This record gives sequence, C-alpha cells and structure tokens, in this order.
Amino acid sequence: MEILMSILIGFLFMAAVYLILSRSLLRIIIGTGLLSHGTHLLLLTMGGLGGKAAPVLSDGVTDYADPLPQALILTAIVISFGVTAFSLVLAYRTYNELGTDNMDLMKGTEDND
Amino acid sequence: MSFIFAIFLPIIATLLIPFLFKKVSSIHTGWFVLLVPVVLVIFYGTYIPSIMNGSTYLDELPWIPSLDISFISYLDGLSLLFSLLITGIGALVVLYSIFYLDKKKEKLGNFYVYLLMFMSAMLGVVQSDHLISLYFFWELTSISSFLLIGYWYTRDRSRFGALKSMMITVFGGLMMLGGFLILGIIGETFSIRELIGQASALSGHDLFVWALVLVLLGAFTKSAQFPFYIWLPDAMEAPTPVSAYLHSATMVKAGLYLVARFTPIFALSEVWIWLVTGVGILTLFWGSFFAVKQTDLKAILAFSTVSQLGLIMSLLGIGSIAYHVTGDLVTTFTFATFAAIFHLMNHATFKGSLFMIAGIIDHETGTRDIRKLGGLLSLMPVSFTIALIGSLSMAGVPPFNGFLSKEMFLEAVLNLQHFDLYAMDSWWILFPIVAWIASVFTFVYSLYFVFYTFRGKHKPEQLPKAAHEAPIGMLVSPGILATLVVIIFFIPNFFGNAFIKPAVAAIQPLAYQVPTDVGFTIKAWHGFDSPALYMTLGVFLVGYLFYKTIPKWSAVYNTIPSKVSLNGMYDGLMRLGDSGANRFSSIYMTGSIRNYLVYMFAAIIVLLGGTMWIKDAFAIRFDNLAPIRFFEILISIILIVGTITILVTKSRLTAIIALGAVGFTVALFYIIFKAPDLALTQLVIETVSVALFLGAFYHLPKLNKHEKGKEDRGFRLTNFLIALGVGVMVTLIAISSHSQKLKLSISQYYKDTVYSEAGGGNIVNVILVDYRGFDTLFEISVLTIASLGIIGMITLRLVKKKGDRKIENK
Repeated sequence: MEILMSILIGFLFMAAVYLILSRSLLRIIIGTGLLSHGTHLLLLTMGGLGGKAAPVLSDGVTDYADPLPQALILTAIVISFGVTAFSLVLAYRTYNELGTDNMDLMKGTEDND
Repeated sequence: MSFIFAIFLPIIATLLIPFLFKKVSSIHTGWFVLLVPVVLVIFYGTYIPSIMNGSTYLDELPWIPSLDISFISYLDGLSLLFSLLITGIGALVVLYSIFYLDKKKEKLGNFYVYLLMFMSAMLGVVQSDHLISLYFFWELTSISSFLLIGYWYTRDRSRFGALKSMMITVFGGLMMLGGFLILGIIGETFSIRELIGQASALSGHDLFVWALVLVLLGAFTKSAQFPFYIWLPDAMEAPTPVSAYLHSATMVKAGLYLVARFTPIFALSEVWIWLVTGVGILTLFWGSFFAVKQTDLKAILAFSTVSQLGLIMSLLGIGSIAYHVTGDLVTTFTFATFAAIFHLMNHATFKGSLFMIAGIIDHETGTRDIRKLGGLLSLMPVSFTIALIGSLSMAGVPPFNGFLSKEMFLEAVLNLQHFDLYAMDSWWILFPIVAWIASVFTFVYSLYFVFYTFRGKHKPEQLPKAAHEAPIGMLVSPGILATLVVIIFFIPNFFGNAFIKPAVAAIQPLAYQVPTDVGFTIKAWHGFDSPALYMTLGVFLVGYLFYKTIPKWSAVYNTIPSKVSLNGMYDGLMRLGDSGANRFSSIYMTGSIRNYLVYMFAAIIVLLGGTMWIKDAFAIRFDNLAPIRFFEILISIILIVGTITILVTKSRLTAIIALGAVGFTVALFYIIFKAPDLALTQLVIETVSVALFLGAFYHLPKLNKHEKGKEDRGFRLTNFLIALGVGVMVTLIAISSHSQKLKLSISQYYKDTVYSEAGGGNIVNVILVDYRGFDTLFEISVLTIASLGIIGMITLRLVKKKGDRKIENK
C-alpha cells in the first residue's frame, strides 16, 4: 500500500507543480492546495500505514496507528489552511488593485515599470 | 623611545589638522604639517651611522597576539633609505605645497590629512617585518593615494583617475595578500626575516612559484610596470605636490621596495629573475617610447617615471642572479643591485624636482600643454635652470647624478653575458639592445621636456595667465633637490657609503655581512676600455638626432590605433564587466515568478536526482507493507480523477469543486488509515476552503483567459516536464525512504504513557496539547496572524496621494 500511496503522492505533486507554473493566480493557489494534500499524505504514509486501530485508547487493542505523524499533520493542515485563506484574500485584493490575475503582467513595480 | 611609534606619528598628527585648519586660519596649515616630516627626517637621520656599521633595529607593537599578528618595525639599510626618502621628500613636498595650494580656495585640511595618512602608510610599508601589517599599510597607501588623486573631486578626470588607480593597485594588493598567505602557510611564519632564513627550504615547495607570481603582481601594479602602468598617467590629475611625492618618489617605489625586500626569498627561483628583469626592461622601453608622444608636461613625467621604474626593476632582477652564481660573479651581479638602489635614490631627487617645476609652470602660466608653452627661458630663468639640471640628469648627462647610475645600468646589463644558466647565454644580447634603445628615447624625451617648454617662440596669446617667475618659496624645494642632483655627482661615494651599501647588504645578505663589506665605488670615469662609455656616447649622438627630427617621425605614434592600446583594453574590460554583469542578471532575473519557480523546481530535480544517482540511493522493499484493499484503490481512482479534472477543466467552478472532491477523498484516506481527528479536521477545513475559493472566484476573471494560442504549447510542455520530474522525484524518494527505515518510531512511548502520564485516551490530542503543546501554541499564532492579515488587507486602503493615476487593465 505504501508504494501505491507513494505513486499517488507523486501524482499529486506533479499536478500541483504543473498548476503552480501556470499564469493564472487562481490556478496557482489551487496548486498550493494540492501540494499540501500531497505533503500531508506523504507524512502519513511515511509513518507507516499498517496500524489496525485508531490511536484512541481502548481495551484489548495493542496495534494502534502511529499517533505522531497524525499530530504533525493536524498542525500542518491548520497552518496550510491559514496560508491558503491569506493568499486567497491576497489574490482577491491583487485583482482589485491591479486589474489582472495574470502573473506575467505582474512584473516590477509601479515606479520602475 | 620605542622607534616604532615614529611610523604612527604622522597619522596621529592628522587628528590635529582639522582643528588647525578651522581655528588657525591666518597661518597656512602646511607650516604646522611641515614639522612632522622634519622631525622624522632628523629622527631617522640619527640612525645612519649605526646602520652604516651594520646594526639593525627591531621593535614590536602587538596587535592581535592571539593570531600572532603584530606591527614589527625592522630598520636596516633598505628600510632606512626608504624612510629617509619618504620623510625627506615629504618635507620638501609639504614646503612646496604651502606655496602651491591657496589657503583660502583649497580644502587644506583634507589635503594634509590624506598626505600625512599616506606618509604613515609608506613608513609602515617599508619598515614592516610582519607580512600582514605590511599588507595593512600597503592598502592604506592605496586608499590615501586614491583620496589624494581625487582631491579635486568635482572634476571628472580626477575621479576617473582615482578610481582607475584604485582598481589596479587594489587588484595587485589583493593578489599580493594571496602570495603573503601562501608564504605564511608554507613557511609557518609571517615574519620576513624568518622567511628569509628558510628561503632554500621554501623554494622547493609546490606553491612557492604561486606565492612568487602573486607577490610580483602586487609589486608590478604598485610600481606601474607593464602592463599595469596605465593608472599612473591618469593619476596626474592629482595636485602636483601629490604627483611629485606619491607618483615619483614614494608610492610607486613601494613595488621596488617589495621586490628588493623579497629578493632573498624569491631570487632562488628562475621565474623570478626572468619576470623581474624581463618586465622591467619591457617597461623601461615602453615608457620611454611613449613619453615622447605626450603633450602634457605631467604626462611626459608620468611615462618617464614608468620607464625609470622599469629600469630599476630590471636592475633588481639582474641583481638577483647573484644568488645563482659563485665566486667573482657574485660581485659582478650584486653590482646591479647597487646600481638599482643608486638609481632609485637619484630618480627620487631629479623626478621630484621636475614634477615641482611642471607644477610651477602650470601655476604660473595656467597650462601644462607643451604645444602652448615655449620661450619661457627669459621669463622663468630659475625654473629653467632647475628643469635643465633635472632633465639632463634624467637623460644621463654629466655632471649630474643620472649619468652615474645610467652608466652603471648599462654596465650591469652588459654583465648579463657572464651568466650562462637558463638560456641566458643566447638571449642576453637582447637586454643591452633594448636598454640602449630605451636610453635613446629617454634622452629624447628629456630634451623634449625641457627645451619645448623653455626654448622656442613664446606664445603669450595661448596662455591663460601672463607667465612670470614663481615665488621664491615655491622654488626652494625643487632647488634643494636640484642641488642634491649635482652634489651626488661630485661626491657619490659619500652617499654610496651612507645609504646604498647598507641597502645592498640588506638585499644580498648572503654575499655581505655588514655594509662595509660592499666593495663598490662609484666613478664618473671608467676609462676608454669601458663599453658602457661608448654606449653612452651613442645614446647622446643618436638621441640628439632623434630629438632634432621629432616632428618628422612623431607621426609613427598615430599609426597605433587607440583601441588596441592598454587604456582601451582597460576601458573595454570595465565596460565588459559592467554590461556583462548587467546582461547576465537581466537574463536570469526576468521578474517573472514562473521563471524563478522553474529554477527552483529544476534545482530540486537536479540536486535530489543527482544525489540519488551518485549515491545509488534508490531502494525498494516489498516486505513490511500494508495490504492493499478494494476501498483504497477506489478512493485512489477518485482522487486521480479529481486531480485530472482540475488540470484539464476550463471552468473555475469545476476546478474548485474538483479541488473540494480531492480534499474529501484525502479525508477518506484519513478514515481508512485510522486517523479520525485528521478526517474530522480535513472535512471541516476543506469545506471552509471551498467556500473561500468560491468567494474569491466570484471576484477573479475566467481561468482560461491567459492560456491560449499555439505559442502556449511550448510553455505547457516545459511545465509538464518539470512537473513530471518533481512528481517522479517525490515518488522515488518516498519509496526509498520507506524502504530503508533505520530506527524504530518513538511513538511507542506515547502509546504506553498517554494515560498514566497525561491522563488522556486520545493519543493524537494528548500529543497536541500535552507532549508537544508548543507546536499548537504557535499554530494558533499562525491562524491569528493570518486572520489579522486578512482583516488588514481588506480594511486598510492606503491610496497613493500623488495624482489619481489608476492602473489600466492591460
């Protein structure tokens, strides 16, 4: 399963990089979203996928899933959400101010352009 | 008194100068400054008798003891001669500058601060025994010289000249530092005396030749040797006292000092002899040949300085041969060193006086252009006398000191025939020939300098000022120097015993223990069997013919295009550096974020892929894997389909919804892989994110607006290849790292102690708030900052007030 997941994660990274390299601001932000999904799944996969039970104490269970990567991912999800929200509003403001969402047109500053 | 402090006396005196200049404005600041070199001349003069008898002095001032760096002042014949030159000519130059620079119009405070700084630096250079402090003072001379050349900083030419000299001398200085460091490392000491002691051991080292070449680069750039001489003519924009002091008598001789000082270390190498002698002879010829071309008095003198420095350099090179021979030949070649030091002293006297005369002419007529001057003989008789003495000495005519050293030079060059090592026996004849031709040109430009200025027709209409004799105070310094020129001719051996022999003993410590061992006497008359005599007579004869016919053959200079000149090359090199760096950065710094992302992703692929390739790090193991179940395959397919939908869709709404779908499948993965908290968070956050995307999408334009047309295929192909590369890299690294787990997880501890230590059952939550609560604290901060930032972005609208220019939608 880990190998299958690795391939899936690679695919997510590929799609994310492709989107990040495009010209549209919205596609770039979607790309970063996919990139964080890929990263979270990578964290989970590298921790091992063999756990039989969720990491919540219950009687008679010994084979819990690794809780540490889950804690890390939980932190990462929240942070990437904060960043995504911020960049979305930034994109919205950029479009409001500059009148474009094309990255090719956003070169230089007002002074040296 | 500890004599090392004498070095720092001028630089300490600089602290008083601004005060004197501002508060005591009725007296020219130069009079106070004059005290410093006069005191130093007397101070160093007291060392002459004991140095003549072979004593040396050593004084140390610790600087950075932990790194074994200190100011070590070492006074022997060589450094004493230079110290006396620096302070003696320094005193005369200060005296001259008092009359040359106006106390009301000029910023005298600046001038004397720079000048005294330079004096300290030069004294430091010639007395340092420690390589690092030598380098320190060396760069201080470069900096103070830069400041002095750019003294009239409102003039373009001054700034250009200052920058050029800075670039070239600092380049050489840094090379020299490299050489010093190599020497210090292979010799395990930075003391010059100790390095001299182990010279033969050093010369076998692989890096020895590197150190030699680097140190020579420093000496050649400072002493204006070919091809680095080009800064010197441009440095003539400095006030004339500076030109007289720095660019004839002292700073340019720092390179000669360096060569002389390092001769006992490097002379054992064949490269040294060839480089020093060859470059010296070439510079001698080049400088004298191009001096006749110049029309500016100071430019003639600058090229003449270049040429004379080449002469001294080649003599030092010939003198180094003494280290390779035995028996009587040692004396034969040491004679060249003797001649070098003698000419070095003579050159300082006559060149100093000539520069001062050039300054007087400039001061009294308003121009230095030789084409406008002429017929000043009757108007400025004293200046003419001094100029004539200086010029004839420079040309090598008796009864002036230049004649003595020029004769010795020719003799030393002829002595090369006795040296049969290193193919010198077949090539030696080139040296006297080139030296002879150069002497002819020296003769020509010396006459050209003095007679084109003072003889001929007076052209008062072309002169900015009515010409008249200079004030007496201005004539004192060149007068003293010109008197010395004559005195040295008549009692050369007094100066020889007092200054030259101790210096020669310092350069050739193997041949002579004490200065009195040096058995040379200077004679004006060598008898009819001396070949140098006939060479000199030939120089006079041919030189006079050439001088008479200057207008006929001077057109030869115009046949050389200015582009291939060394100045043209320097300018081209500067332009190339400038435009090349500009072009280079404009190629890769396009301002487009996509290009930078391409560099980054490409770097990831190349560096990670390369590392994996080189280290053969790829590994795959099929044991210890979790089983594949039906649901997982199903969810994977949904995820892939969702991702592909995002990639291919032309509609923003579809892309956002597909992103949401991908997010929800990720949540499903969390459920399958036993991560309930993650699934919960993911579901909630994905929902909010999609809502945010939808909110933003409402304000953003359509997706496919930018990607259209055929030219986009290449764009998309590069993107795809890079994306594919990154994806493959991530997959390979993920598989390899999972297959090579080295250590067990630390999570067993959490599982075991979650209830007993923390009193909780949900291990993930306990880790978040208990074991690793700090992460959570700062994650909360991140969210806070993000929300504050969003509020700020939406509510704060700082509009630029200047104009109501709105940016058009392009």
